[in-house]
Amino acid sequence: MLLDALLLQLGYNATLVAIGAALLGTAAGITGTFLFLRKRALVSDAVSHATLPGVCIAFLLMAFLGGDGRNLAGLLLGSAVSAGLGLWCMNWLTRNTRLAEDAAIGAVLSVFFGFGMVLLTVIQTLGVGRQAGLEGFLLGSTAGMLYSDALVIAAGGAVTLLLVLLTRRPMTLVAFDPEYAAARGLPVERIDLLMMGLVMAVTVVGLKIVGLILIVALLIIPAVTARFWTERSDQVVLLAGLFGGVAAYIGAALSAAAPNLPTGPIIVLVSFAFFALSLFLAPNRGVLAAVLRHLRFQRRVHLRQGLLALAQGQAIYEGLTLRLLRRAGLVRADGVATTRGRARAAKALRDEKRWEVVRADMAHEAAAALYDGLRDIETVLTQDQILDIDRRIGGRIDGRIDGPGEVLS
Amino acid sequence: MTVGLAKSDRDVSREMLQGQEALAAQSPLAIRGLTVSYGEKPAVFSVDMTVEPGQMTAIIGPNGAGKSTLLKAALGIVAPVSGRGTIFGRPLAEQRARIAYVPQRASVDWDFPTRVIDVVLMGLYRELGLLGRTKASHRAKALSCLERVGMADFASRQIGQLSGGQQQRVFLARALAQEADLYLLDEPFAGVDAATEKAIISVLKSLREAGKTVVVVHHDLATVVDYFDNVFLINTRRVAEGPVAQAFTEATLQAAYGGRLATTQLDHLTQG
Repeated sequence: MLLDALLLQLGYNATLVAIGAALLGTAAGITGTFLFLRKRALVSDAVSHATLPGVCIAFLLMAFLGGDGRNLAGLLLGSAVSAGLGLWCMNWLTRNTRLAEDAAIGAVLSVFFGFGMVLLTVIQTLGVGRQAGLEGFLLGSTAGMLYSDALVIAAGGAVTLLLVLLTRRPMTLVAFDPEYAAARGLPVERIDLLMMGLVMAVTVVGLKIVGLILIVALLIIPAVTARFWTERSDQVVLLAGLFGGVAAYIGAALSAAAPNLPTGPIIVLVSFAFFALSLFLAPNRGVLAAVLRHLRFQRRVHLRQGLLALAQGQAIYEGLTLRLLRRAGLVRADGVATTRGRARAAKALRDEKRWEVVRADMAHEAAAALYDGLRDIETVLTQDQILDIDRRIGGRIDGRIDGPGEVLS
Repeated sequence: MTVGLAKSDRDVSREMLQGQEALAAQSPLAIRGLTVSYGEKPAVFSVDMTVEPGQMTAIIGPNGAGKSTLLKAALGIVAPVSGRGTIFGRPLAEQRARIAYVPQRASVDWDFPTRVIDVVLMGLYRELGLLGRTKASHRAKALSCLERVGMADFASRQIGQLSGGQQQRVFLARALAQEADLYLLDEPFAGVDAATEKAIISVLKSLREAGKTVVVVHHDLATVVDYFDNVFLINTRRVAEGPVAQAFTEATLQAAYGGRLATTQLDHLTQG
């Protein structure tokens, strides 16, 4: 059943939903990345909650005017108007009062959502039109999605992607360094507004599938997930699009396979699974990598300290240090250095001296920045450079000095 | 009789105004009557400034004296309450391409996912355009700018791995990539190591030799005489402006800093 869903074998409607969701997920992931980089992720939460009164009012208007209250394009238009109003309120509050942005977000989010809930209840008690399904906008509902609905979603997603492609450079510049961007003459406020406009577009388009409460997850989680895997903003954008698209596709397929499960929450859970995997497994920023890195680092520190102690004829007291040296065949069981151990110890001490020269010399700055007291110097400098440094140190270096601090000459 | 006098007075003041206008027309950065206010407390009040072309000017003053604000207002980053500025005699909007700005290092998030070379490529923003791809020639140019600040080896590092001084030099490289005529730097020497300070000042001096104008918000009074041709002393209002020998004196420093500097300190500073 699930496999059928993933392979688009579950019938016309499920296929439509899965493809629509994938498009939306991609657009949301990419748009959300810029919001995340600009550190305004939560603004999208306020924008999405602010859509609810618009949806309700649009429904009422259309129903009273004798049309079909559930016309998707009409409902989305209403949601866009009220989301825009919410966004404007937030901007106004932040700029003209002493409220910080987080407080403005809280105020707009709760007031708009509260008003929307009141309207929703009123609609249900009025019994106008065929209101069933309107609450689907809260958590997303894809049962009975029409071809025309899918078209609206696909077109919205495509337009959003095109706009992002056109404005990615200015948006990245503004996100990284807004003052510099302003000094270059970029219209920072307008670019921020555009960013919010794109977020609003994704939110409105995504209402039907994910619902307004959880759309923020579609915007933010893919970006945060992608950030684990790369240090380049352009790659974060692409990966976020990929993660968002795949998560939405799988989530939509899953919910099609088990029709009682709401689509939005399932998509969010799939998206979270990607996030959790990345959190643990990502090569540099992941938790597992960090733990392994720390353990490896600890072993290197102990080994290096042990070697330096050997070179200077000091006693080693730490159990871990001795164990590591012994395992590497550098000391015998009784703690006395082997021939190989003595050679490695002498080399370690010589490297210390070489590093000192490297770090004092501006010409070797890039190499010096890598100094951590652990690295073998030949991994950083060429043989010729090392010879040159040895010449500068001068004298014979045999790795054994009588007391700490004595200068080799 | 009185009419005649009034007329000649007007002539004199008109001539003075015309003189000022002529000066402003040549100046890389001329500011007239600038007031900038955060809330209702002016950070900069009614300030005139005329930067000399082809020279290095330090903007000096105590903490909170409006040094950075002056720079930001000149660049249109903050909106002034009143006053106007010109860049090489023309309005700012027409002259953006001729100005390079180096913001304070602390003004950005250094965990931003970007590499050193990408930051410098931001300096080529105008050449890259909206859709154009980053070409090898752009990369080469960015690399040569990194070379000038001694950071070429760091091109593909993530910016978060840099030390404070190295971050500052990357910012300077980004400004160099713009090939501007006027360079405005906000506290480039704040909290950097000696190697960085040396690298930055030698780049700035080479810019001056190439006929560029350099304006630096500076906090270290001890190096003013060594580094700069002109000073602009500010403490919300303009205190003094001119060549270091004339404008950077015990009297002007006393006026700018109030009682915050001891007399012995002042002697030492102004004699270099």
